Formats: sequence, C-alpha cells, structure tokens
Amino acid sequence: MLLRTRLLGQTYEFSDIKELLAKANEEKSGDRQAGIAAATVTERMAARFVLAEVPLEVLRHNPVVPYEMDDVTRVIQDAVNETVFNEIKGWTVGAFREWLLADTTTTDMICRVSNGLTAEMIAAVTKLMSNMDLMYGASKIRFTAHANNTIGLKGTLASRLQPNHPTDSVAGIRAAIYEGLSFGSGDSVIGINPMDDSVDSVMRLLDMTYEVIRKWQIPTQNCVLAHVTTQMEALRRGAPIGLVFQSLAGTQKANAAFGITVDMLDEAYALAQKYCVSAGPNYMYFETGQGTALSADAHYGADQLTLEARIYGLAKRYKPFQVNTVVGFIGPEYLYDVVQITRAGLEDHFMGKLTGVPMGCDACYTNHARATQNDIENLAVLLAAAGVDYFMGVPMGDDSMLSYQSTSYHDTAALRQLLGLRPLPEFEVWLESIGLMKNGILTDKAGDASFFLRR
Amino acid sequence: MNQATVDIEAIVQAVVAELRKRGVAPAVATAPPVKAAPGELVIDLPDPTLPEFRRAIGVENPYDLDGLRNLCATTTARLGVGRAGPRPRTRSLLLFQFDHGITQEAIYGEVSESVKEKLNLFTVTTQVSNRDEYLLRPDLGRKLSAEARKMIAERCAKKPQVQVVVGDGLSAAAVNNNLPEIYPVIEQGLKSAGISMGTPFFIQNARVGVINDVNEVIGADVVVILLGERPGLGVADALSAYMGYRPGPGKTDAERDVVCMITYHGGTNPLEAGAYVVELIKQTLKYQASGVELKLKASGGE
Repeated sequence: MLLRTRLLGQTYEFSDIKELLAKANEEKSGDRQAGIAAATVTERMAARFVLAEVPLEVLRHNPVVPYEMDDVTRVIQDAVNETVFNEIKGWTVGAFREWLLADTTTTDMICRVSNGLTAEMIAAVTKLMSNMDLMYGASKIRFTAHANNTIGLKGTLASRLQPNHPTDSVAGIRAAIYEGLSFGSGDSVIGINPMDDSVDSVMRLLDMTYEVIRKWQIPTQNCVLAHVTTQMEALRRGAPIGLVFQSLAGTQKANAAFGITVDMLDEAYALAQKYCVSAGPNYMYFETGQGTALSADAHYGADQLTLEARIYGLAKRYKPFQVNTVVGFIGPEYLYDVVQITRAGLEDHFMGKLTGVPMGCDACYTNHARATQNDIENLAVLLAAAGVDYFMGVPMGDDSMLSYQSTSYHDTAALRQLLGLRPLPEFEVWLESIGLMKNGILTDKAGDASFFLRR
Repeated sequence: MNQATVDIEAIVQAVVAELRKRGVAPAVATAPPVKAAPGELVIDLPDPTLPEFRRAIGVENPYDLDGLRNLCATTTARLGVGRAGPRPRTRSLLLFQFDHGITQEAIYGEVSESVKEKLNLFTVTTQVSNRDEYLLRPDLGRKLSAEARKMIAERCAKKPQVQVVVGDGLSAAAVNNNLPEIYPVIEQGLKSAGISMGTPFFIQNARVGVINDVNEVIGADVVVILLGERPGLGVADALSAYMGYRPGPGKTDAERDVVCMITYHGGTNPLEAGAYVVELIKQTLKYQASGVELKLKASGGE
C-alpha cells in the first residue's frame, strides 16, 4: 500500500491506514501525548488529502486493532450489512463526505448506509469535516428509541436529570430531583452517579427514584450509573430499573480496564430485556469519551477519535435508548482547551448519529482545562443546533459529587426557549398536565423544588 | 419587600459575633461604617460568599418556603436558586463565576515563598518546565529534573524512616492554606513516637508518582507527599497526603495510601488530618506495607 502526496514540492508518505488516520486528526493533546499526532499543520493536511482518496473498502480491511485480537473489532465487522457495504465500498472518503452533505441525500438514505459502515470509515469522514459540516451532517440523521417515552425525534431536546450527592443521601438526591423536574429536566432519564457502588446502596437509590416516578406518574425512566455487574445483581434481586448503564471504551483491552467484556454486556442486555421496569424495547444507556483507551494504555497506537468511533459501533449492538459522550471530563492531557473540547463534542455527536444511536452530550469541563462555563454554553448551542438528543441537567451546572461542571437545569430550559425545541412528547404532556409548562414555556410555578411537596 | 435579605443579615451578625468571641472576626466586620452624604450612592457589601448568602433561597413565591429550605439543607448542590426566565438569577450567576475564578487562581497560582521559608523547605522541580506542560504531560510531573536529583543528594539526610515532601500539585492555595497547620503536627507526632524524619523539601510542578523518583535518591522506609488536589467549585484548597512504603520504579496508586480533602472548607481540618497521617505512617512501618497490601495485613488477611 502506497499512501503519499506532494505538497509545495515536499513529499509526505504514510506507512499505513492507522498512521494516516492519526495524522489527519484535528489537534488533540491526547494524540500528542501518545506521540502519534501530525508534527506540523502541513503534515496534517497532507494526511487529509491522501485520506480523502482512500476507498471505504480499504478502511474496512484495515481496522486499527486486528479482528483476531479484539472483540470490539469483531462486534463491528460482524454487524456490517454486506449488501449495503457492497454498494458503497468503492466510494472514497472525500466522496462519502459530499454524499452525506448533499441536498439529495435524505435521512432514510443515510440511516440505511449506516448499516454498511465500520468505525474506521466513520472516523475517516469525520476527520474531513469542518465543525459546521459536523453540525449539518448530524442534523440530517435521527434515530429514535423508546423506553417509557420516545427519544430522538426532530424538534425535541431532552435532559438527563443528574441529581448527584457527595454521600448518596437519599433525601439530598430527592431534593435535587424535585428541583430538576420543576425546570422540565428528567425526560431522558433520572440518572444518578453513585458514590457507593454496593448493591444495597444502589438499590436504595433505585427504589427512591422509582417511587418518585410512580407517585407523580412521570413518563420517564430511572438509572443508577453503577458498574454494570452491580446493576445486574440489583436486577436479579428485583430492583426497579428503567435503563441499565455502562461506560464503554474502544478496545477490548481498554474495556478490560473498565472491568467489562462483550460477553458480560451481552448478559446484561439479556437481563435488562427480561427484568427492566420500562416498556422498552430499548433498555440500555452508555457513556463514552475520547481518550479512555490511551489512559488505560490500550490504544494500540490509534488516535482517540477513531477509538471513540469504535465505541459507538459497540454500543449499537445493544440497541441503546441513549448514548452520550462525556466530552470534557477526562482532562487537559487529552483535550486541552475549549477549542479541542468543542471540536470533540461535535465529532462525537456526529459519529454517534452516523453509527445509528440516539446521541446526547455531557458538555462539560474540569477546572484544570482551559475552559469556562461560557464555553460550555456555546458548545451546547452548537450541539442543539446540530440536533443533539439530550444534555445533562446539573444544579447550576456544578456537580457536587463528581467535581466538574456541566450543563444546568436552566440550560436545557433556555435552549428549548431559544431554539424552539420541546421536551420529549410524553414528558411535555405530563409537564403541562401538572402545570409546569404551557406551549413549550415554563410557567410561573416552574423552577421551584417545593412544588413537589404537595403530594 | 425583601424578607430574605433581612434574615440573612441577622444570621451574618450572629456569625460575626461568634467569630469575634473566638478572635477571628473577618475584616468586613471591622470595616468602619461609612457616613454617607444625603443622596450619595453608597454600595458597601457584606461578603456575598458567606454561607448565609450562598444558601439564601432565590425562588420567588415558592409553594412552600419552609419545605424548600428543608430540601436545600439536604445537599451541597446549588438548589433553590430560582430563575430569571429560563436563566439563573444574577446572584447565583455571579457566585458561580467567582467560584470558578478561585479555582483558576489556585491552579495557576504559586506556593508562597514565606510558607516554604517558615518550614525550611528548599525548592526543586520536576522535568516540567511550565504550568501548561504540567497539565499536558503528567508523565514529566512524575520525574525529577537532573538538578533536582543532584540538590536532593547534596542536601538531604539519607535512609531516614520517613521522608516528607511537599508538592504544589493542582492547587497552590491548598499548600498555602493547610501546610503551616498540618506540617508541625506530623513533625511533632513522628518525633514523639521516636521515628526519624529526613530533610523536607518542596517540589514544583509535582505529581504523586514523583515519590518513586525521590526515594531512589533518599532510600526512606516511608515517603509522604503533601500535594494540592484539583480544585472543585467552591473548595479550591483541598490538600492530600499520599504515602507509600519504600516507593520506587513501577510502584502505583495501588501501593499507596491517601488522606484526602484536607481543608477547613468542608473537609478534614489539617490538624486532625496530620494526626491521622502520623497513625498511617506508624501502621505502614509496623506492617512494612502500604496500599492494598497494608489493608490485607492490618485486617489479619496475611
């Protein structure tokens, strides 16, 4: 294989597809830390000129981790629809980009082609996209899913209510749920990151959230984001679970660092279908984020964007209700500043949609990254314009357990009113029925947690 | 009109009176009252970061004010803040921005020379050359510079039982605010237990793992590093004490113990934490192990 171009008289040559993909990437501190980033802007552009001419078939046959040694690669390759693949295998990456953006290419056409793609193809086209390309491309793709309500519909913006507490206090979490619901947050899921991963503690939180949902007849689902094995045990003991959660990574070795395997996820999915309290047919919730494989020293010299694309391929196997990237959580050694965080947020959202899952974003940052709340508000507007399915709802954006900042209860309410977006339809009917929303606007009763003390 | 403000002022006065009794009245309480000319604009604010202001209810006409207060009291999350249309009210927005600003000062600030001088700490650096590189290259923050190795070799006692070092980590404020309190407790505690202590020093741009490098030069039984943690919003000065038994190349967090959240702002106060660090050092010496192995041995698992 010869991968070469000349630029201003100088020759740039790339030894294989993995190196070409890495060097075509936008600047990311994680790729630089791994020693695989392009050395100069010229080298990066040379990689992109070459990548634009690579046929999709070559990307299929050169996964960044070999089929024989990695179960994530196997999941993705085995799921390809061969009929669709045969129709598109001769397309170059550059032509694929233009096809996605063309006015004659419809949502249904993209959703069908999605089934013939592998993560490396999706990563490749993402690298040739500008930020607005990523927004416009993503806006054309919608995948819906249903648990107790319907996520992914055009014109909706949902919010995961994230009522974390530093010591998992049931009363403290309930108070934060009341406040979030009163702002219209909670339609994607009421999802708690627990401090204590023990089965008993997790079951206490599941019982409480389910009780709130039942008492107020809320068309939504609950979830406690413990390790999947903890949730499986809780399911076996009869705990009321709406969605089963797990964080995923892009290689088998990185997933091993999370304590999971594909077999384990298969078992969790089977249990979820058998025991979850939600109506389904979608029961799973996954989180992702660029840089996890490198942090586990399990990246095989591949760049963090390509490895991220592989996570969506793995997630798709389980027909998830929702997936979100936790884009700025990992820290500045992977995504240094607001430019890199913003870019990664737009990339991840686009890749999730093109893979075929309902896609949200935890638009967030840690205090040692070069970013502020203003930057995260900007990213949220960009993603909402791109048709993102949900954001996090955290009290004032300040998570009192995880020590990072994300989007707030206020932010989803403001984005809906700013861009004419609506809560998930079943949830909006409920908000109207209890008097917290009218015609898509919060009423004067909204934003008051004590509203929920009346029952 | 503003019932909430009146309540807050009463509470603040009570708090200030209590602080005066203990001799630590904040500056704001001693600021002389300003005599305003008629019609002159006077803005003379009490500190809006005091808990009483921070926790004030921002919801206008709540359904159940007492109930709302009770809900807010159950958590440190920013509840009961109210709204201006779909956006936060002015006070909660400004408090948030202030809290984030403090975290940035903590990360990009420097440990004060006078704090180091009082404890006779000399300064060495890791292989990191500036703050940006520190954030981008955790690996370099775990390695001593060549000059540092040389200076440590020249100035430090070798093979003590315990070597204490201080690192800025991600919060200079954590070191500035807590080191003067915690350090004497550790020093006294070890002395009265008859445990020998090496020559302490300060490492700029340090990560926890630098103790592996330090001990290649020192050869102590236990190395303790007091290090600033990544600032959270509202708590920007939390210090941690990490320690390991005979740290060296390849040793990881699994072989270390930690006392974290050492701060007067909602954590373990540095005096108590110092006593706890001394206890952990004694255990480490007794069982000749740290981290997971120490837990096993101390619980009789081995």
